[in-house]
Amino acid sequence: MEEILQLVVFGIVIGSIIGLGSMGLTLSYGITKFANFAHGDIMSLAMYIAYFIVVDLGLMGPTVFSLSFGWGMFLAIAVTIILLAIFSIAIDKLIYKKLRRDKSNIVTMAIASLGVGIIIRAVVTMFWGPFARNFVPGIHEAVPITGNILIKPDQIFIIALTIVVTIVMYYLLYHTKLGKAMRATADNPDLAAVSGININNILAYTWAITGALTAVAGIMLGIQAQVYINLGFNLLLPMFAAVILGGIGNPWGALIGGFVVAISSEVSTAWIATGYKPAVPFVILIIMLIVRPRGIFGSNI
Amino acid sequence: MNKILETMNLTSGYGDITIIDNISIYLESSEIVTIIGPNGAGKSTLLKAIFGMLPIFNGDVKFKENSIAGRNPSEIVSLGASFVPQTENIFPSLSITENLEIGGYQRSDNFQEQLDKMFQLFPELAKKSNEKASNLSGGQRQSLALARALMLDPVMLLLDEPSAALSPVMRQFIFEKIKEIAALGVGILMIEQNAEEALRQSDRGYVLAGGKIAFHDTAQAILANPEVGQLFLGIQKEK
Ligand SMILES: Nc1ncnc2c1ncn2[C@@H]1O[C@H](COP(=O)(O)OP(=O)(O)OP(=O)(O)O)[C@@H](O)[C@H]1O
Ligand SMILES: [Mg+2]
Repeated sequence: MEEILQLVVFGIVIGSIIGLGSMGLTLSYGITKFANFAHGDIMSLAMYIAYFIVVDLGLMGPTVFSLSFGWGMFLAIAVTIILLAIFSIAIDKLIYKKLRRDKSNIVTMAIASLGVGIIIRAVVTMFWGPFARNFVPGIHEAVPITGNILIKPDQIFIIALTIVVTIVMYYLLYHTKLGKAMRATADNPDLAAVSGININNILAYTWAITGALTAVAGIMLGIQAQVYINLGFNLLLPMFAAVILGGIGNPWGALIGGFVVAISSEVSTAWIATGYKPAVPFVILIIMLIVRPRGIFGSNI
Repeated sequence: MNKILETMNLTSGYGDITIIDNISIYLESSEIVTIIGPNGAGKSTLLKAIFGMLPIFNGDVKFKENSIAGRNPSEIVSLGASFVPQTENIFPSLSITENLEIGGYQRSDNFQEQLDKMFQLFPELAKKSNEKASNLSGGQRQSLALARALMLDPVMLLLDEPSAALSPVMRQFIFEKIKEIAALGVGILMIEQNAEEALRQSDRGYVLAGGKIAFHDTAQAILANPEVGQLFLGIQKEK
């Protein structure tokens, strides 16, 4: 039982990362109707921007609370959020927008975004090499929650940050004019335009918010695992599984979907060999597509 | 004469296919003008072209004496025009109040007053203000669609089949509201399948067939015209 609970705790940590990543993926799809296959690689890019700030520029500073990192990491998160917001808008304006305007088919768009992902990986590898790095080297002690169930302070940070970001997203989407306009655009873009909303502005804001979510998710992934270029791409499939599970376009569904995917993957290792763990999201995805392709919660934001 | 809207030889369509050809119509303030015509005649296409949702191949659209051809819908809204599309004319996943907030998106002041006005005009909506719009009945949906379009106090309202799929009682209700709105000084250009009923509420009418204006007269004259009656009104009645 303790073993299972430990895996659930671990699943909640990974689920936070997949959940926030999926939230960005589903939000940009719901509003811009663009399935961004570069999403995972942008998460990886976030890790390296943060790595550049805290390690290459040496801004980490002494550790705070019982975390493995210092205040510099908070600075890195803030800066990366801004940079990726700008980066996401730029990619949309330079590449995706033209494809949307030409009403390119979905395969063209998927390949284009896969291409963007490959370019990101190549550029990052050019600067930082293909080897995994750590924000902070060494082993970080876990602390007990109860009995033998352990959690690292960094992991508590990841869960707490996910809760904060979720509350911010909820406030944004339901209590601000921009958020309501985003939901209206997701619901019915033509009617939103006819109501006087400038759709191009809404799309730009959506990409910016997606970029910000990706920045947070990517850095959390770097903290939890390592700073390694393939990690983001490897999460793409679990994220798509979470998005479909939660109902495409539904950010809360995607968050819950992220937890379901991650917790079931982790818990599965109590019975099956760890090597098969990456297959679990696949199985969930396939079952969902057959049984309930519209997701558990439907597509509305 | 105070023409708030005038199309001049307007030609438009989808992609490079021409659907409406050489359309010249006008609308004055406080006037109710109805466009009737068979299915597929290009009625919805005409309103979409006026509202900046389709490319204009030829001709011009003037709103309050200025050309709006080539402007996008949000610019046209900011000039004082509103449009209620034929289908999907509400945001089903948003609450009633949120639908109206989106309608008033470009409003910078007196939002609450305008919201209260709409709830007075459509008391049914006030009772459900925090419910999702997808819970509304057909008549309430049409009311919400109208209210959304009125949130910016437009001077012109384009309505694409406001009474479609409504019960006779609800149709009556919606037409009454339309008259109330016009009485406030709003010019209303509407498309209707319930041609006879709509024309009785209207000042003038156009008959659109095959993408061209086939007939134009006062509403009374059209109702009295045996030829038009047989061709268009009779056909509608049989359905
Ligand atoms: N999005 C579209 N793309 C291409 N062609 C279209 C599109 N919408 C409508 N059409 C075509 O344009 C023509 C006119 O359609 P429109 O919707 O304007 O007719 P309508 O007079 O409003 O008919 P109804 O009474 O059925 O609403 C039809 O032949 C239709 O097939
Ligand atoms: Mg139509």
